[in-house]
Amino acid sequence: MTDLTPTDQTSADDQGPAPSRLHQALDSDLAYSFRRSPVAMVSAAVSLTLILAAVFAPLFATTNPFDPASLNLMNGFTPPLQPNAFTGESFAMGTDDQGRDVYSTILYGMRISLFVGAAAVLFAMALGIVLGLLAGYLGGWVETLIMRVADIQLTFPSILVAMLIFGIAKGVTPVEYRDQMAIWVLILAIGLSDWVQFARVVRGATLVEKSKDYVDAARLIGRRAFPIMLRHILPNVLSPVLVIATISLALAIIAEATLSFLGVGAPPTQPSLGTLIRIGQGFLFSGEWWILFFPASTLLALALSVNLLGDWLRDALNPRLR
Amino acid sequence: MKKAVSFLAVSVLLSTTALANAETLRWARAGDALTLDPHSQNEGPSHTIRHQMYEPLIIRDTTGAFEAALATEWGPSPNDPNIWVFKLREGVKFHDGADFTAEDVVFSFERAQQPTSDMKELIGSIKEVRAVDDYTIEMVTDGPNPILSSNLTNLFIMDKGWSEANNTVKVQDFEGGEITYATTNANGTGPYKLVSREPDVKTVMARNDAYWGRDQFPMEIEEIVYTPIQNAATRVAAFLSGEVNFLQDMPVQDLARVDSADGIGVKQAPQNRVIFFGMNQGADDIEADNVSGANPLADVRVRKAMSMAINRDAIRQVVMRGQSQPAGMIAPPFVNGWTAAMDAESSTDMAGAKALLQEAGYGDGFSIRLDCPNDRYINDEAICQAAVGMLGQIGITVNLDSKPKAQHFPLITDGKTDFYMLGWGVPTYDSEYIFNFLVHGRESDIGTWNGTGFDNDALDERIKSLASNTDLKARNAEIAAIWRVVQDEQLYIPIHHQVLNWGMADGLGIEVDPEDQPKVKYFTAK
Repeated sequence: MTDLTPTDQTSADDQGPAPSRLHQALDSDLAYSFRRSPVAMVSAAVSLTLILAAVFAPLFATTNPFDPASLNLMNGFTPPLQPNAFTGESFAMGTDDQGRDVYSTILYGMRISLFVGAAAVLFAMALGIVLGLLAGYLGGWVETLIMRVADIQLTFPSILVAMLIFGIAKGVTPVEYRDQMAIWVLILAIGLSDWVQFARVVRGATLVEKSKDYVDAARLIGRRAFPIMLRHILPNVLSPVLVIATISLALAIIAEATLSFLGVGAPPTQPSLGTLIRIGQGFLFSGEWWILFFPASTLLALALSVNLLGDWLRDALNPRLR
Repeated sequence: MKKAVSFLAVSVLLSTTALANAETLRWARAGDALTLDPHSQNEGPSHTIRHQMYEPLIIRDTTGAFEAALATEWGPSPNDPNIWVFKLREGVKFHDGADFTAEDVVFSFERAQQPTSDMKELIGSIKEVRAVDDYTIEMVTDGPNPILSSNLTNLFIMDKGWSEANNTVKVQDFEGGEITYATTNANGTGPYKLVSREPDVKTVMARNDAYWGRDQFPMEIEEIVYTPIQNAATRVAAFLSGEVNFLQDMPVQDLARVDSADGIGVKQAPQNRVIFFGMNQGADDIEADNVSGANPLADVRVRKAMSMAINRDAIRQVVMRGQSQPAGMIAPPFVNGWTAAMDAESSTDMAGAKALLQEAGYGDGFSIRLDCPNDRYINDEAICQAAVGMLGQIGITVNLDSKPKAQHFPLITDGKTDFYMLGWGVPTYDSEYIFNFLVHGRESDIGTWNGTGFDNDALDERIKSLASNTDLKARNAEIAAIWRVVQDEQLYIPIHHQVLNWGMADGLGIEVDPEDQPKVKYFTAK
């Protein structure tokens, strides 16, 4: 996330940042651009609210929807803000077919969606950066191998790759661990389907950086390839990676929702947003709109705000694109 | 010759109902037939599809009454009560043109008695099937069997020559993953011929105009297109949009919506099917729980407690929206041996359940995996999910593993699940069928769907003797006594009896079959 601390307002008017204060100046530029963009501010506020609500779900939720023992089936299908016909209980966003409070379930489900999304992006980022650096810096057969694998993977839709990986992983996981493993398998599946774009960007940037003087200098004083990649090149290729990561987060959240919607993701007893939408979709024709509407709106708000934030970040970091 | 017959049939049809000529039954339900092999997988939807192409000797009509199919007359021999005599229908041809004769019946019965057959329990009392002449069959039973005919209504007759030519004399080993020619091809004597089949996608059948009963039955449907649609909302959407004109497995939440739509309607009837949970009580230790060195399900108090934790009324009201009848025994009310008193023997008592668990030494509960199908019974997965919550309230942590029936059922027949959902319909309308499949200890030719590990030799003897008990009063008393044991042992946890809802476009006419096996030859269309 961006550093939102107040910055020196005059910094933008300086003649130009000194190389040693590069980071500070970048911060100021970002902060300035942030203040100038209402879209960025609104989407940051929305994402922050949703993320905080998810992280502190137990504080905000009225029930624990992941504890099946606490559910009362008779509360099922209660419309929002209306008392249940049997139990008399009332729920802000109604209940689903199992008597789960939709509001609490969304908070807990968003936790899973965000966790899976963030972990998958981190995984894809780590994998993509390592492979991209290797390909860009070492060149030769390493580059050919990595980039051809990336090309091949790009020819498949990423959701298909994720489903394939999910299917294989489910097949090799012992049945009794499937529920616990489902989340990790999701992360692996989405991460593995997403590393290519990181690798491509990092490789491109590495190719540019490696011919620069500072890299030559490092090589001349006898530093080995790996320290050069990690200590010298990596910090200079990170800003495009950051942009991709933000946009990928939104895509990963949607990928998780898609997989869960198709029934291959989070188990129904521990629903993520996608699982909730899948459950709600079964009741579209029968008038119980709230089971689908609230989780779907939440997913929309989350994915849209993170995506807009990513767009803004890209523009702010790369003024030439504007 | 064949052309002439079909030309004749078409012209007869044209003269009577001109519109019916081009009627296509676009039929959808949640799951597909598991296999077309007639003697593999004794399962409702599989039989339903087979019934359109294959025929048994005796069939049940839409009211459940016996009707002549490939046999025209049948009954115990007047000379020997151990022998049943069947007169076969003459002039019947298989779809490939081969003649139907007694040797096909002998062949089919022997095939159905093979170890890999799933129909062997039904004909376990038959010692020998012999052809007297081309159109007479004698079945020798192990002692007099007064209800033999009711065991034959899903026992389909195959062509001996076709099976031999296509290397399908052996019944497909479904659990072993075997696929044979008969799995995806069919050659019966039935009213419809297989045109194409893509498992789980689409099966197309065309009217067999050379069918022997062409003039006897309405047969106003010319083509059947059968599409399994697992997702409930998609299924209803297809029906509402007219893409499908006959819908089984109607989602209960959409009944009102379908009822209010123009041009389509719902026909309702109680179904001959009970839904229940099975528990592995026979093993010393089970794999699906977190208790090592002991099997909590082996203790009848645990089983009783689990049954007491299930709130069947809540499942009926919320999950089934009133479309079920809570059950206390695993026999549907249609079945000989069902009693209202036993069917009322399930009650919800959370405090009592907790006390029983405490008494059994599981006061802190335990965890166990529940295997559940998600495309077989009405709201199967939602029922399992509800049970997870209810059992959680008495301290039993249930991990739900739901999957399509094609993967779920082999778990039961292979003994690889310790806690599972199963539904049972009773085509014979007699308790013996339930005992043979679900109560008798598991052996190679009997008790094959008994995944509970329950094996009581004395009870097994009594179950076996039912087949030849000709004194119906004594037989019924014996059935009641066996049920008493099943009830007291809490062999299964009954949930409810299903109510059938068939969605039909206006103009289609058929009565709802309590076995949920629509036979398309009875359909009228206008």
